[in-house]
Amino acid sequence: MIEAYLMHILILICIYIVLAVSLDLAVGFTGLLNMGHVAFFGIGAYTSALLVLSGVPFWVGLLAGAVLAGFAGFLLSLPTSKIRGDYLALATMGFAFIIESFMKNWVSLTRGPLGLPGIPRPSFFGFVISSQFGYLVFAFIVMLICALLIIKIEKSPFGRLLEAVRDDETAARTLGENVYKTKAIGLTVSAFFAGVAGSLYAHYISFIDPTTFSLLEVILLLSIIIVGGLGSSKGAIAGTIILLILPEPLRFLGFPSSIVGPARQMIYALILLLIIYFSPKGCFGRVQLGES
Amino acid sequence: MMSKYPKTLLELRRVSKHFGGVKAVNNCSFYVKQGLITGLIGPNGAGKTTAFNLIAGLLKPDKGRISFLKQDITGRSAHVITRMGLARTFQHVRLFDNLSIEENLLVAVDHPGEKFFNCFFHSRKSGSYHKKIKGVLALVGLKKPLSTLAADLSYGQKRLLELARALMMDYKLLMLDEPTAGVNPLIRKRLKALLRKLREQGKTILLIEHDMDFVMSLSDEVIVLDAGRKLLADKPSKARKDKRVLEAYLGK
Repeated sequence: MIEAYLMHILILICIYIVLAVSLDLAVGFTGLLNMGHVAFFGIGAYTSALLVLSGVPFWVGLLAGAVLAGFAGFLLSLPTSKIRGDYLALATMGFAFIIESFMKNWVSLTRGPLGLPGIPRPSFFGFVISSQFGYLVFAFIVMLICALLIIKIEKSPFGRLLEAVRDDETAARTLGENVYKTKAIGLTVSAFFAGVAGSLYAHYISFIDPTTFSLLEVILLLSIIIVGGLGSSKGAIAGTIILLILPEPLRFLGFPSSIVGPARQMIYALILLLIIYFSPKGCFGRVQLGES
Repeated sequence: MMSKYPKTLLELRRVSKHFGGVKAVNNCSFYVKQGLITGLIGPNGAGKTTAFNLIAGLLKPDKGRISFLKQDITGRSAHVITRMGLARTFQHVRLFDNLSIEENLLVAVDHPGEKFFNCFFHSRKSGSYHKKIKGVLALVGLKKPLSTLAADLSYGQKRLLELARALMMDYKLLMLDEPTAGVNPLIRKRLKALLRKLREQGKTILLIEHDMDFVMSLSDEVIVLDAGRKLLADKPSKARKDKRVLEAYLGK
């Protein structure tokens, strides 16, 4: 029993590491204060779930979810290419509301608030990953691949370009860089990996509904990368582990679940306040939110 | 060698830029000649920096044409114009604060790994650009470890780094916006020697400057702007004595 519980936490940590590292690529590296990351997570989850439920192989669903999420990221980058900071935060948040509204109201496709039950576990060529341990290994491998790819991007000259755009767009333009294209690629890649995480999540929990992809989730994700420190994959990973594990003891204190949920949010808020007050750059951060 | 290049490198023809009711640049025409240092002077608010931003493509003119290397560049994107061979610095230093000295300079070079689909095959190391970085830093006289973050430099050092970054580029025209503002006399002197050296190498420089001794002693030609209009373009010795210039600076 306790093993199953621990494995559940570890699987969630793997999924959230993919989300956090990809969000940090947009926020910490490219300087795009993206409050809509959860929308890409949701697009990946719904796309993959719907496709696999209609009989498509799992890996096609996963890939399609990621590609569609990436495409959504690209579409979002078009009208937002010239805004930054708080304005971009509001625009991307609006985007998340729109996607959530699609999930709720496009009933013929998504079943609306009823959600999608019975999403099958991944299977590869007839071999189904049914055990929880099997899924943990699978999620860990996918997480590792995603994190390594994102870190490779960040440590490349293209990653330097993302950072240059984050620090000073005007200067980057006068050094011959196409900053709009750079930001579009940054957001697209970030959204792509959020889509991968969405697929991982949907096929693990086996049930998704629009509430999974609400604004509360955005706050958790932003808290993770702020606590871990912006512009650092190490930080995103550390932040995920800290924020997913810290509220867990609440489960064992015997509070009713109507209290545990809100108490969780309070803990996130408290951690966030403490970090911003005492260590604005988080655990491993190299840049500060709202700087420059 | 000289005949290979157009004699006029940059030309503004009847360029205007208004911000609401403010005519920042008003029907302004001037040109910059190949191989010379041209000073762009005028009192505060004369439109010098706006003219720079119009040339660099950061602003689009309301009226008029701008040509660079005999091509019409009016309305082109900043990065396209830059890639034609235009390097510039800013009145208020613009560096990549969270990047090191080395990385600030590397953004200026056209690195193959900057393309997204190449990025998995390249590291951030300076590699073949290392020699150029060393050379440019020696040229501007910035002696700091390459890994120092730009944010940790003093103001004067930041100015030098920004200049070094511009010099990393393959430029045909170098535009400097008040390079001596806020730097100490020693660096000022060194800067003057550096600009002279660049001129000897045949580089073309357009210079905004408030330090009159600096600009007059360096420039082959000065262009005087006042309230968005060109007052005159002449040799420094003549501009210095012109009554209109004195009036623009000191009032009647």
